[in-house]
Amino acid sequence: MKVRTIETKRGTRCRVLEGGSGAPVVFFHGAGGLLTDNPFLDQLAARYHVFAPELPGYGESTGEDLLEDMLDFTLHGGDVVAALGLTKPHLVGHSMGGMIAAEMASIAPNDIGKLVLVAAAGLWIEEHPIPDIFALLPGQLVELLFQDPAKGELLLTGGADFSDMEVFKEFYLAQQRRLAMAGKILFPIPNRRVSKRLYRITAPTLILWGEGDRLIVPAYAERWAALIPGAAVGLVPDAAHMLPYEQPQAFVSAVSRFLG
Amino acid sequence: MRFTWFNLMPWPYLPDDFREKHRSVWVDIPSRLYDPRKGHFVYHQYMDQLEYAETLGFDGIGCNEHHQNGYGLMPSPNLIAAGLARRTSRAAICVIGNSIAGYNPPIRVAEEFAMLDVISGGRLVAGFPVGTPMDTNFCYGQIPALTRDKYKEAHDLIMKAWAEDEPFAFDGKYNQLRWVNCWPKPIQKPHPPIYIPGGGSIETWDFCLDYDYNYSYLSFYGYLRGKSLLEGYWDRVAKRGKDDSPYRAAFAQIICVADTDAQAEELYAEHCLYFFNRCLHVFPPFADPPGYRTVNTIKYGALSQLRLEAQKLMQNLTWKQLVDERFIIAGSPETVRQQLEECITGLRIGHLFCLLHTGNMPDWKTRHSTKLFAEKVMPHLRHLWPEWKDDDRWWIQPMEERLRPEETRPGAEKAGLEWPQ
Repeated sequence: MKVRTIETKRGTRCRVLEGGSGAPVVFFHGAGGLLTDNPFLDQLAARYHVFAPELPGYGESTGEDLLEDMLDFTLHGGDVVAALGLTKPHLVGHSMGGMIAAEMASIAPNDIGKLVLVAAAGLWIEEHPIPDIFALLPGQLVELLFQDPAKGELLLTGGADFSDMEVFKEFYLAQQRRLAMAGKILFPIPNRRVSKRLYRITAPTLILWGEGDRLIVPAYAERWAALIPGAAVGLVPDAAHMLPYEQPQAFVSAVSRFLG
Repeated sequence: MRFTWFNLMPWPYLPDDFREKHRSVWVDIPSRLYDPRKGHFVYHQYMDQLEYAETLGFDGIGCNEHHQNGYGLMPSPNLIAAGLARRTSRAAICVIGNSIAGYNPPIRVAEEFAMLDVISGGRLVAGFPVGTPMDTNFCYGQIPALTRDKYKEAHDLIMKAWAEDEPFAFDGKYNQLRWVNCWPKPIQKPHPPIYIPGGGSIETWDFCLDYDYNYSYLSFYGYLRGKSLLEGYWDRVAKRGKDDSPYRAAFAQIICVADTDAQAEELYAEHCLYFFNRCLHVFPPFADPPGYRTVNTIKYGALSQLRLEAQKLMQNLTWKQLVDERFIIAGSPETVRQQLEECITGLRIGHLFCLLHTGNMPDWKTRHSTKLFAEKVMPHLRHLWPEWKDDDRWWIQPMEERLRPEETRPGAEKAGLEWPQ
């Protein structure tokens, strides 16, 4: 993937990973941002023209103070698509990125191709309260996100050596900055009432979930499917919340089958 | 030098194995540990102690706001203050304070503080904390990254509501009110003294200096650890070209006085250890949600180091550590006087919040320590800051002709049959 920086009309500057050719697919990352290695993006780029923009507040992307609430985040998604010069791209949103993509598809249903929601945040089921990701010890987060926490640890840190205080400090600051931004739409409960708007979605929609998701349990997949007209559900075995990273091949083949 | 007697109002019945059985004294502490029937006596005892402090000559009596907290039983300090306003007549009533980012709409604070100022005859000290992340974010659901912005707006609304004589419209980002019209208004003009309690965010310094508010550093870890933070504050004061009146700053300190140093340990050790071991047992992530601290404050690092260091220390705390590290100032009147003088001059503070009730300290010990402090320590520290002795910019201006509870029918004669003119 190559890296480029775009500027949105609002004034944010976003780093975008881009690769491949074919129908445009925009991938929206989750609250933790893009990890160091994103093999599923490379695999998707074998068939599609893939774009993975980083939200302001993540990595080198700036302008986070310009985005404060759900509508800002949603319109920002549209601004990114516009800045990339895309027409009716497919949207693939993971976790918090799924929340943003679902909002975009509800508010501007004619502006997108197909929609894939992967372990999407944005709904709340009283019987299945989502753990508070803002009140976790570092080890607890890995346990919630990955089927195999040891592997997950490596993926999350990119193999960085945290016994080096400077390395740890840098990671900690970046993580605080990312989650500060995510908190604007996820804190204290990750529900900004998209459920009221989902009836507007006209895009063919696939709901993808890791069978072992402990953060947002698979019951949520059923709820999304019930709220979005005609949505299909796919469950992926041996994966938890970080499904695209845990099972890149299964993830990419499910997405490709659906996008065509 | 001014002294305020402060009670955090801890729940005194946390079990011995609290630390082992529960992850936090705050936010998700099991509510079955609270017993309202015992609570009845606890509230009255604590409020009696605050009233007692007035009779001993303390300049102020103080309370604060916490939620879902085993060491702070005052979700609404204004209720406590209302009780105190009726039963006292001289001391400042320091509400340090209302976490205004959590009020919807914050005009409620303008109204309640005005009521307190009026009922007390102009004795309110009004505190406006940003609020701890435990209270404001985890208990009251405010978004961490927007808390400061919301706080600032709430502050602007309250101050304008007190200042304006005509109804006005307030078109805020978080509060839209077509008719702001604070009724009643405070007695103290232009407003009661404003204290901004801070826990270590460097943004708070500039906020205090922008408006000339008092900066109150509330820490339970004593003056040795408070020093670097207060030094940062005073540097900022100098850089901003402000005078260095010590009354710009306040500090909270746990204090225990006995006849001798040895007796202090005998009387108070278990209660201080109760406080540090059980009451300060907070699940670390509750103290630092992403976005609450700005990147600048994190980089400044004072708070995080404090927390790490403190947490390490708290594992096996002893009385000797508490005293040697000056988390607390405890001992004979002379020991306490010496160390407090070091604290006051070292931090350059004009107001001291005296935490003379600690943890599960019973009433008689609290009164014993308080009385010794008032009689044998306080008089020897009054003379500090002589060059600023007339500086009352950060103190109350009560009305002379006010009602006093010691009168059998308060105010009956003054008011007569007609309303006072």
